[in-house]
Amino acid sequence: MSRTALCSDRVLLNDWHVVADLTNLSPTAPFHTRLLGVDLTIHCRGRYRLQVVRSGSGEPVNSDSRYGFLWACLGTPERDIVFVPEANEADRHLVTGGSIAVNVSGLRAVENFLDMGHFPFIHTGWLGEEPHTEVAPYKVELTEADEVMATECKFYQPVASPTAKEGFVVDYIYKVIRPYTVALYKSNPVHKVRLDVITLFVQPVDEERCIAHPFLCYLKEGVSEASIRSFMQLIFAQDKPILENQLPKRLPLDPRAETPIRADAVSVYYRRWLRDRAVTYGAIPARV
Amino acid sequence: MITLYDYELSGNCYKLRLLMSMLGIEYKTVPIDFYPGREHKSDWFLKLNPLGQLPVIEDDGLVLRDAQAILVYIASKYDPSGTWYPRSDPALLGEISQWLAFADGITGTASAARLHDGLFYELDVEAARAGAHRLFRILDEHLWFGEQEGRDWICSAPHATVADIACFPYIMLSEEGGIPRQDYPAIRRWCDRLKRIKGFTVMSGIFPAGPARAA
Repeated sequence: MSRTALCSDRVLLNDWHVVADLTNLSPTAPFHTRLLGVDLTIHCRGRYRLQVVRSGSGEPVNSDSRYGFLWACLGTPERDIVFVPEANEADRHLVTGGSIAVNVSGLRAVENFLDMGHFPFIHTGWLGEEPHTEVAPYKVELTEADEVMATECKFYQPVASPTAKEGFVVDYIYKVIRPYTVALYKSNPVHKVRLDVITLFVQPVDEERCIAHPFLCYLKEGVSEASIRSFMQLIFAQDKPILENQLPKRLPLDPRAETPIRADAVSVYYRRWLRDRAVTYGAIPARV
Repeated sequence: MITLYDYELSGNCYKLRLLMSMLGIEYKTVPIDFYPGREHKSDWFLKLNPLGQLPVIEDDGLVLRDAQAILVYIASKYDPSGTWYPRSDPALLGEISQWLAFADGITGTASAARLHDGLFYELDVEAARAGAHRLFRILDEHLWFGEQEGRDWICSAPHATVADIACFPYIMLSEEGGIPRQDYPAIRRWCDRLKRIKGFTVMSGIFPAGPARAA
């Protein structure tokens, strides 16, 4: 049922979503994907001649390229593609991390991205390790741009990045920019006052499946693009089986549906924020 | 020292990392941007392996491709106990080769389904899943009958061999290709035994065994 349900959330229909990493497109064969339950075909006739159409009717869909990805909007765009200011800084690698399909609602994928509590257990030896399991209290607030922001997040990480040589307490800032877009700002192991940025653009394939498209803006010093990709995929592939075993596959927005702990403050805020903005696609709406 | 041309999410590369970890040998890795960079199809890599596939190793000037072939090489050269690939036992060697070929069949089915579901490879996923279930059924029965005879491993030996290593990764990763393992209890028990071998190491998507009961 929910796999084929069409989306009626205007905020999603009239927004831009990543539908492909440009690297995955080939002029020799069309690329098939799905967005918000709608089957799409991408024709690639040279680098600057990309076209996205609805698979059945061939009707064109709004599309644009940015940050190494192809974007589509099924309705009428009401705002621009998410702006990533760090993408304009010359001393950063701008890397698409490798798009990976995940058999769960994209909202679950965003929520998992916001969670520090699982680091020692799922990313053992990399983003956490026992006995350093405590998530210290952090702040959650709404920004002027209507984003959910978590600050003062700190976590001890044995191998925090592709270049980390030893464990250290890493400072994090999380930001939910749009319902299916989340960013993480994390201290660079060389220049600890500057932040590496990972933005996760999640493509809602349908209500119970998504594709995670990570976009990485890492300071270049001492790190190669290949090792950034490799690290991102190492970490993300550890999350994948956990995400795919979450039940229900859609994200429950009812505050009584799942029991949060203090470490979940940002996730509680995110669910309420989705509820208040009437996002229902990929969610189990709260009972009233 | 062995150099492994490696990709973290490749079960075939993991087979070699796993055996080398169990043997306690040191090695270097050269990470290959397999996805989305397709570096394994680049000119420089095709000179190393014209098939454009991972893994490849270099060791003392020898360049070798194919996970199963490399397992045989590493075990023959670096396993002082001679148990992972017992070169003096013809019947056992025959059995090992049979199951190494079987492991290739698992790659052609279970791994293909995983690439389809996770990384958008275009292929007949239903055929791949059906093929994997057929192989899992055969292996599950083989292991179940083995357990009745007191045999813990795939081949007729009181210890694991490279055949166990070769079959393990894409079975453990099968759910990423929509292939559940509920119906294969003997496979699940065998996987747990393998995870408890000294030197076992994980890859992304495979977790360690739970708290061990006395073996």
